[in-house]
Amino acid sequence: MEFYRPTSWREALEIRAAQPDALPITGGTDVMVELNFDRARPAALLDLTGVPEITGWSEREGQIQIGASMSYTAIIAELADRLPCLALAARTVGSPQIRNRGTAAGNLGAGSPAGDSHPPLLATGAKVHLESVRGSRELSIDQFYLGVKRTALEPDELIRSIEVPAARGPQQFAKIGTRNAMVIAVCSFAIALDAGSRTVGTGLGSAAPTPRQATDAQDFLAEALPWADRDPLAEELANRFGELVAAAAVPIDDVRGSARYRRHALAVLARRTLGWAWEEYRCA
Amino acid sequence: MRLTIQINGEQHQVDDVWAGESLLYVLRERLGLPGSKNACEQGECGSCTVYLDGTAVCACLVAAGQAQDREVVTVEGLAPGAGELHPVQEAFLAAGAVQCGFCTPGLVVAAHNLVRRNPEPSDAQIREELAGNLCRCTGYEKIMDAVRMAAANTQEAGA
Ligand SMILES: Cc1cc2nc3c(=O)[nH]c(=O)nc-3n(C[C@H](O)[C@H](O)[C@H](O)COP(=O)(O)OP(=O)(O)OC[C@H]3O[C@@H](n4cnc5c(N)ncnc54)[C@H](O)[C@@H]3O)c2cc1C
Ligand code: FES
Ligand code: FES
Repeated sequence: MEFYRPTSWREALEIRAAQPDALPITGGTDVMVELNFDRARPAALLDLTGVPEITGWSEREGQIQIGASMSYTAIIAELADRLPCLALAARTVGSPQIRNRGTAAGNLGAGSPAGDSHPPLLATGAKVHLESVRGSRELSIDQFYLGVKRTALEPDELIRSIEVPAARGPQQFAKIGTRNAMVIAVCSFAIALDAGSRTVGTGLGSAAPTPRQATDAQDFLAEALPWADRDPLAEELANRFGELVAAAAVPIDDVRGSARYRRHALAVLARRTLGWAWEEYRCA
Repeated sequence: MRLTIQINGEQHQVDDVWAGESLLYVLRERLGLPGSKNACEQGECGSCTVYLDGTAVCACLVAAGQAQDREVVTVEGLAPGAGELHPVQEAFLAAGAVQCGFCTPGLVVAAHNLVRRNPEPSDAQIREELAGNLCRCTGYEKIMDAVRMAAANTQEAGA
C-alpha cells in the first residue's frame, strides 16, 4: 500500500487522476475504522491534510465556502453565527476527539444516510464543489446523494469545498439517539426558515436510502406560516407539517429503530424544531 | 515508508511503516510508548487520546503518515520530569479515579486538554469534554472528582 501526501491541491488532483484506487483520507474517522478492522484494503491512501488550499473557510456575497479539511470543531467555533444549523449538527457528532478530526466533506464522501451533516446541508440548500484534473463542477446537495453510501463523486474527483448560504432566518437541528454523545442518529431532522424569501428548507437523516428533503412539507409551510403577522404557531399547522415530513420518509427497520418508530419520531422532531425556529422568528 | 515525527519533544525516525497503520500502532509497537492504550481501534473509547499538533485526537484514527512532520504529545510526555507526575495525574491518584487503569491515560490527556483551556469547568462541561472516553470500572464519579481537583490545583499553581 502506498501513502500519498500531496502538499498542493493541484498535486492532489493529479494523484487522484493517476491512481483512482487511492482512497482519499481527511479526518480518517471513517477510513481508519475500515482499515483497522480489515474491511478495506485500498491500493493507496491519499492524505488531504497537507493541502493548504482546502483548510478553513471564506465568505463571498453571503455564501460560506467550507474547505474540505475544516473540522467539525472549527465549524462550531467559527461558523455557529453564520451557519447555526450545521454547527448544531456538528456539536452532536461523536465526541470531542472525533469532532477535532472529522469533516463535513468526509461525511459527504462516506455517504451514510445517517451522517449528521446532511440534514443541515439539505435544509440550507448547500452546494458541493467537486474538482478533478478535467475541471470543476458544482452540484446542488440533493443531487450529490445517489444511494446508500453511493454519491455523485467520480473516481477522479475530490470534494474541494461545500458552499452554504449564511443563515437568513432561524435554523434548528435535532437528532434521536440512545444518549447524548457518540451515537449514530436513529433519525434526524433540520429546518431552515428564510425570513427574506419566506421559504422553508428541510433535511431528513436516517429516513431513506439517501438523505432527503421533505419538499411537500416545505411548500406547505412556506404557504401556511403567518410570516407577516408573526402569530403564534397554530397546532394544526405544526401537526400537518409533521405529517408531511413523516410522509417524505422511506425508513427501514434496523438495529437502531423500526421504520414505524422513525416515521413517528420524525414527525415529532419536525413539530418541535419548527416550534423553536418559529418562536425565534417571532421574537426577532 | 519512513516517518519523522516529533514525539514528546523529541524527533523520532521510524522505518518500515505500513501505509495503512495507525499512529497508535507506531507509538505502541514501533516506538515502545505503550501509555496510549488500544481498547477499541474505532474511536469509541478514547483510551488512545494523544495531542496531534496540540489537538486532542484518537491516535487509532490517525493514519501514521498523517503524523509526518507533526508534533505528538502522549500521556508519557505530560509529566515535568522522570519520576514526577503532572498535577492532572496527581489528581487522578488522589481522587481514586483509577481502578484497572486502562482508561486512565486517555482520560488524563482529555482532562489535561480541558483544564488547560478552561480552568473552571462546570460539571456539564466536564461531562461534555470527557464524552469520548469510556471507563468500565469507576462509574465516572471519581473521575469527575479528579477533574474538579485537577482544575482547582491548576488554578492554584497558576495563581
Ligand atoms: C467514534 C465515532 C463516532 C462517530 N459519530 C458520528 C456522528 O455522530 N455523526 C456522524 O455523522 N458521523 C459520525 N462518525 C463518522 C465520521 O466521523 C464522519 O462521517 C466524519 O464526517 C468523516 O469525516 P472524516 O474527515 O474523518 O472522513 P474520512 O474518514 O477521512 O473519509 C470518509 C470518506 O470520505 C472520503 N473523503 C474524505 N475527504 C474527501 C474529499 N475531500 N473528497 C472526496 N472524498 C473524500 C474518503 O475517501 C472516505 O470514503 C463517527 C465516527 C466514529 C469513529
Ligand atoms: S482505541 Fe482509539 S478510541 Fe478506542
Ligand atoms: S479504571 Fe478500568 S476502565 Fe476505567
